Amino acid sequence: MSLTSESADLAQPMRTGGVYAEPSMAGVGDYIALLKPRVMSLVVFTALVGLVVAPGHLHPVLGFFALFCIAVGAGAAGALNMWYDADIDAKMARTLDRPIPAGRVQPGEALAFGIVLAGFAIVFLGLMINLLAAGLLAFTIFFYAVIYTMWLKRSTPLNIVIGGAAGAFPPVIGWAAATGSIGIEPILLFLIIFFWTPPHFWALGLGRADEYARAGIPMLPVVAGSNETRRQILIYSLVLAPVGASPWLLGYAGWPFGVVSILGGAAMVALGLRLCASEGPAVERTAKQLFTFSILYLFVLFAALLVERVLGMQGVGAPFGRVLG
Amino acid sequence: MSLAMDEKPNEPGIVLTPEQLRRRRARSIAIALALGVFAILIWAVTLVKGPGVLVRPL
Repeated sequence: MSLTSESADLAQPMRTGGVYAEPSMAGVGDYIALLKPRVMSLVVFTALVGLVVAPGHLHPVLGFFALFCIAVGAGAAGALNMWYDADIDAKMARTLDRPIPAGRVQPGEALAFGIVLAGFAIVFLGLMINLLAAGLLAFTIFFYAVIYTMWLKRSTPLNIVIGGAAGAFPPVIGWAAATGSIGIEPILLFLIIFFWTPPHFWALGLGRADEYARAGIPMLPVVAGSNETRRQILIYSLVLAPVGASPWLLGYAGWPFGVVSILGGAAMVALGLRLCASEGPAVERTAKQLFTFSILYLFVLFAALLVERVLGMQGVGAPFGRVLG
Repeated sequence: MSLAMDEKPNEPGIVLTPEQLRRRRARSIAIALALGVFAILIWAVTLVKGPGVLVRPL
């Protein structure tokens, strides 16, 4: 065979298993869905709070660019998660219509999309802002995509307890972007999200235990049952309430945050107690209430910090003054 | 006898449906917009940081 005929063969359309590869039917919305925009919005919001409450001044353009990189990094982690979890997404009603199990995006496309976005986000955050923030973003993406998605999610009922750390990092990254360092405050913000994650996701999982079992995911409601899950939700809520108030207790936030965090924490514990006492259909109903309230609780806590910073009320009315630092 | 490069292949190849063409166009526009926004962002950051654009803590 001559060189020319070989070249002509190479010019043929790509084949897969003897048939033409199907042209992509992915719309723009499918690629946006791969970024998990709802998760991304929470990441951006908590990172914004970390960035704004940090001492010092970061130019608004640089702050926006840092948030942009964090958002893209979070989206990349979401795309990598959807790439790896496509098999179990296809078994659950909640995730069945995601772009990969629905067949609109090929797994390889999602993988490339995630890797390219992650690379861009990390490199440009490092080049334009600082290396600590970029390193934390890289670790967060690695933790979510590899430690949580590929390892913990399918192997232990503690998956979302440990994996929750990935969702807790954004305010730390925001703080690091603004200051180039890490202090006590961002660690408190990290702990708030870390202890908030288990009751939030277990409340969601209580109503979907059958789906998780069918997909082979060892969520706590599947492995330990409803009673133990509700007990654990209460325990984590009891830990979350004081942790949620800790920025005020330690003097990093003012009395408005103190009031909001104590009332919110008390409501989380009250809902946890009611969930433990519930029976029959009331269990699912109360779990949904707790799930919904937990989102509001976290949003209000971080919004309170943001408002206090804007109004210059940080540390006003703290019970013990600034304890550390 | 060899097939010359400029000869048309015998098979029709992939023919996109109108819907596939529409989606491909939408994806192309989205990529163009994303690249445009990214370029503007880099330009703005460069303006803010001035000559020491790559000078940053750590």
